[in-house]
Amino acid sequence: MKSLKIATAAAALSIGFSGAAFAQTEITWWHAMGGQLGESLNQIAENFNASQDDFVVTPVFRGTYEETLTAGIAAFRAGEQPNIIQVFDAGAATVIAAQGAVVPVEQLMAEFGGGFDIEDYISGVRFFYADSDGTMIGMPFNSSTPVLYYNADALAEAGVEAPSTWEEFQDVTGPALREAGYIPLAQSHLPWIFTENFFSRHNLQFATNNNGYDGLDTEILVNHPAIKAHFEAVVSWQEDELFEWYGTGWGDNQQPFENGEVAMWLGSSASFGGLMQNVDFEFSATMLPYWETVTTEPTQTFIGGAALFAMSGKSDEENAATAAFFEFLASAQAQYDWHAATGYVPITSAAYDMAKADGHYDRFPAAEVAIDQLSLPAGEFTRGYRMGFYVQIRDVMNREYGRILTGESDVDSAFETIEEEANRLLARFAQTQG
Amino acid sequence: MKRAVFSNPWLPILILTPQLAIIAVFFYWPAGFAIHSSFYLQDPFGFGSTFVGMTNYTDLATSSEYVRVAWFTLIYTALVTFFSLAIALLLAVKADNVLRGAKTYRTLLMWVYAVAPPVAGLMGLMLFDQGTGPITQLFAQFGWEFKLGVNYWDTATAMVIVAVWKQVPVNFIFFLSGLQSIPKSVREAALIDNRSASGRFWDVIFPLLAPTAFFLLIINITYALFDTFGVIDTLVQGEPGNNPMTLVYKVFVDGFRGNDLGGSSAQSVVLMLLVLLLTVFQFRLMERRIHYT
Repeated sequence: MKSLKIATAAAALSIGFSGAAFAQTEITWWHAMGGQLGESLNQIAENFNASQDDFVVTPVFRGTYEETLTAGIAAFRAGEQPNIIQVFDAGAATVIAAQGAVVPVEQLMAEFGGGFDIEDYISGVRFFYADSDGTMIGMPFNSSTPVLYYNADALAEAGVEAPSTWEEFQDVTGPALREAGYIPLAQSHLPWIFTENFFSRHNLQFATNNNGYDGLDTEILVNHPAIKAHFEAVVSWQEDELFEWYGTGWGDNQQPFENGEVAMWLGSSASFGGLMQNVDFEFSATMLPYWETVTTEPTQTFIGGAALFAMSGKSDEENAATAAFFEFLASAQAQYDWHAATGYVPITSAAYDMAKADGHYDRFPAAEVAIDQLSLPAGEFTRGYRMGFYVQIRDVMNREYGRILTGESDVDSAFETIEEEANRLLARFAQTQG
Repeated sequence: MKRAVFSNPWLPILILTPQLAIIAVFFYWPAGFAIHSSFYLQDPFGFGSTFVGMTNYTDLATSSEYVRVAWFTLIYTALVTFFSLAIALLLAVKADNVLRGAKTYRTLLMWVYAVAPPVAGLMGLMLFDQGTGPITQLFAQFGWEFKLGVNYWDTATAMVIVAVWKQVPVNFIFFLSGLQSIPKSVREAALIDNRSASGRFWDVIFPLLAPTAFFLLIINITYALFDTFGVIDTLVQGEPGNNPMTLVYKVFVDGFRGNDLGGSSAQSVVLMLLVLLLTVFQFRLMERRIHYT
């Protein structure tokens, strides 16, 4: 009898609650941000929910970038897709090629929101998630770019400055740091930092069809003398104890920098927030070095990280909620909060100006490096790349680079293998769209 | 001996229906789906697809990487199966001889069985860690610079050790019960004929253990081929790079990481054929020669 009373009371309560929530439109947001980043992301959602009464966004953590994309695809095929899904750079081609899987953000904002002006966004983030006409498909959310972090104490001890070119690193910075007892350099993502952004930094063509944006019959141009010379140099640095490689895992390479064994580390601008918490020495950052022998006019890098895509097949009410959330997300305050907490770059000029006016870069000069680097002069091949099955292409690169750095393969044959296998994957991807 | 016979021929079918339905829904349907997908290249979201005939299979056959993974899987399976069985047999024979505290000893040896493969993998990850792993430091004492995740063969070594460690208890339980079911009279008769303990083991005890050993051989091969997935996934931290992987893990990497449904389905079909061969081998060739008592 008692349990029946409790049940009645509970039912009455739940009716009361659902009555209050009835007018609100609920949308879901699948993302891949764990740990500290996940907490910052939840804060954004909470702020949005608190800022108005019409919409409620629920963030759901779905694991790694790859897992999130796969979960989203499976859900889409079952008709259970979330309203918003976070898709990373390498997965962008898969989502964008599937015409009809997502509503382009420009169209969504024009139809359900307060319009969309691409000029509001800083130049480095405009094009990566756009189609070949420059129409933005995905909303750049967590945009990062590779930068060189350095242990300021170690550099002072060795009496050197952070290098701006690889020649300087090879001849001056590296040897000095080695003499001072440090491992001079490590990096965390060979395909992203030493390949994709290597091509962008030197304004080299990475793939046919305008880096893949203009068609599906794309061929990769990775087997280029400049990058092969770079990897030959990396191998010689490794032999000369100027460089150390700790495997494919991101964290395995970041750890020795945080421990103070490695003096300089190439990571993501979004590593900033984590380093601030984990590191007890003075650190700062500088732009990704370039080879003076390749170019004397280095160009910008492009954004990595991920974008938010509005999945199709949703009601107008829910799309309106998604548009409202995207608008909130692009607001200067939300962008500045996210930028300051994580190190991801602000995607709008307004947010960047707000961070500047607030003195954020006076307090943390390293936080501005990524924006400066993304705002460098653009080139013909600096907007990014669009290639299908790119997750697998990256896996091939990781495998072959690993073989180079463990002496199992030489640079020439490794790049031939990458070119051959990547082109085979690209041809297969083109057929999936038939 | 009395044989039980159903009076109504439909009754056994009715009783079997739930089981058959489960097999149809959870095995035959997905298997058929995989075979179908293996002849197509399809857009992950399901918008487009192209019938490509045997292309997915010929791509596998001509991929040097797939062949490399297949070779690794073969070596890995052989090593894991051999060491799991050999170590378990040794431990079982020794445990069989223990009279005092036998229960405690056996329980301790069986304990590891309860550890889930990903947990075993995580423990391996910590024990073999490049910087702080105790086993890495132990190897360093002997001048072996062990680098998990960097060196192909070092990672392979860690995979074999963790997989074997995880499997020994299962084999141990079976071998021990096999040993204990050997009649005392047989052992005593053997004792009169042969004074050498190892001679008695190989001539009398081991042949009597053969049914158990053969059953375990099949179980261990399937374990090494399929169930070590969790161990491999945790040891390569979800991103194999230049590290070794098995055929099953490659199905996952290409299908679930890379969203290549056609290629991944073709690989699944190849594995299904492998299991079919293994089953035929088990039932047709060996069951006739091994006598279960």
